[in-house]
Amino acid sequence: MSEINEPEILFGIYCPPHPQPLLSPEASEGYSNLRAAYDECRKRIEESEADIIIVYSTTWPSIIGHQIQALEKAVWTHVDDDFHYLGSMPYEFHMDTQFARSMRVNCEKRGLEARTVEYEGFPIDTGSVVALQLLNPENRIPTCILSSNMYSNRSETIVLGKAVRDTLAQQNKKAVVVVVSSLSNRMFTEHIDPKEDRIHSQKDDDWNRKILEFFDDGRLEDLSQLSRDIHGQIRVQKVVAYKPAWWLAATMGQHNNYDGEVLAYEALHGSGGAVITLTPSTGSIGDKEFDEDDVEFYRGDRNVLDKGMLE
Amino acid sequence: MAKGQIVAGCLAPHPPHLVYADNPPQNEAYSEGGWETLRWGYQRLARKLKDIDYDAIVIFTPHWQTYIGTHFLGLPEFKSKSVDPVFPNLFRYNYDLQVDVELSEAMRDAASEEGIITKMMTNPDFRVDYGTITSCHLLNPEWDKPIVTISSNRNTHYYSPEVMIEQATALGRACAKAIEESGKRVVLVASHSLSHRHFVEEAPLPEDMSKEHIYNHSQYVWDMKIVDMMREGKSREVIDIMPEFTEQTIAETEGGGLIWMLGAMGFPDFPAEIYGYQSVIGTGNVIACWDPNDDTREYVL
Ligand SMILES: [Fe+2]
Repeated sequence: MSEINEPEILFGIYCPPHPQPLLSPEASEGYSNLRAAYDECRKRIEESEADIIIVYSTTWPSIIGHQIQALEKAVWTHVDDDFHYLGSMPYEFHMDTQFARSMRVNCEKRGLEARTVEYEGFPIDTGSVVALQLLNPENRIPTCILSSNMYSNRSETIVLGKAVRDTLAQQNKKAVVVVVSSLSNRMFTEHIDPKEDRIHSQKDDDWNRKILEFFDDGRLEDLSQLSRDIHGQIRVQKVVAYKPAWWLAATMGQHNNYDGEVLAYEALHGSGGAVITLTPSTGSIGDKEFDEDDVEFYRGDRNVLDKGMLE
Repeated sequence: MAKGQIVAGCLAPHPPHLVYADNPPQNEAYSEGGWETLRWGYQRLARKLKDIDYDAIVIFTPHWQTYIGTHFLGLPEFKSKSVDPVFPNLFRYNYDLQVDVELSEAMRDAASEEGIITKMMTNPDFRVDYGTITSCHLLNPEWDKPIVTISSNRNTHYYSPEVMIEQATALGRACAKAIEESGKRVVLVASHSLSHRHFVEEAPLPEDMSKEHIYNHSQYVWDMKIVDMMREGKSREVIDIMPEFTEQTIAETEGGGLIWMLGAMGFPDFPAEIYGYQSVIGTGNVIACWDPNDDTREYVL
């Protein structure tokens, strides 16, 4: 499927889902550093010419394909399952319904199951609420939130990113794209003093810092290629794969030509929380061989279980 | 004060489809029915519970997922709208429920004494999860008993299914002790399916039963193995085989509910009452009840 014209992605943001930077930034130096980094991103978005903010949230799992938030005004008060004692998160978000509807059509054109959700009281997830509250508090720019299908793997996630590109190109919209995800996602399983927060293990910290080097060098496609290793090494196996880098790379054009900037890297109850920006530039760094097929169209499961049976 | 006791333990799956199919006034969506095998089974079990004298329902749900310990509902009333994040087209349910905070706190204290990390949930804006709402609605549509919801700590993912068995069993023992000391008569509810692979597409009419079937035959065979063991009173063996069952069928038992409930009941060796088995969007669901009273235990199906 060829695109009519190239979409304009102004920059990408990678940011963590936990609510401390929103609800208790003063509780530790680390949380306030993350908050400052979020504030910097908010300022950059305000100064940009973005028409839309597109959020892919790892804390919004879906089952029926890919869900796309389409309620024009989503208003509720959210409370986190774990961190409810930090307080409530009232929100009002304005969705770009026109984008959401076309996104659904473009997902389907590329073989994905997709649907818009448009219900008063829909429980928008913690990650999306935290990111949008901090990045776009006045609703200056309309937004679109995409779910992360719990069964989907690489090809489906990459195709989802390409459907975003199709839609942006079609509507001629300039976008800031946001991935909400931890790096290492293992948290402490007990309550801690925020001042004593640290990355859960040295191994997680080592991996996080290696990933941050890649981000800093703008090597997003290389990170996409490393996703399976990242999943195996520093992700609690809650879903089938670590998908954020796949989606972000596919959405931003599958290359390594970005100016990367790590604005903050801190522990969030043991998990790795980083606020990073990636701005398209010229000149490429990267030495990885891309050994997994690129994919334009999702064809579903291969049904290997039904093949090779004895007749 | 007479000793409190667990008067029944129910395995009560919570596909929102079942509430949707029932068309209660609380739910905004409208259906033409569907999944009768499960719904009629639920109705029969609800009638049985009407004949049992009890004070509260304690429910363990996998849709309140906590990573930092086990959490307990800690305010006397919750009133809001529950919208299923996965099936919002089916489930938008206005609830108004009462919590037995005294019992909740007693169970939390007992769990803490056992070394389990715990937290009371006292934020009034908190939305009660749809697993709780669905199972409680189907077991007690009148909502005339207070409930306690216990969150599912994510031990299976964080450590292993074996650690989940240890932790959930310890939690069950602690809850049983607190119930005994409370003098209350309590119904326990483990809210979850068995095999748990969903179809990722939905029929245009979700309640079109010509489209409903188990995800694959392997899931079915595993589910039947577990149901047979329940019938035979082999609850300890169900737990022993659970790590493999959970892995092979991506079972919702991973949340720990059934382990917690059977642990609280001392791994009963009497047969479970079976009220129905049916798939919902590919997942396997059984409604079962462990009735510790020899005089009222029935052979249902
Ligand atoms: Fe469930």
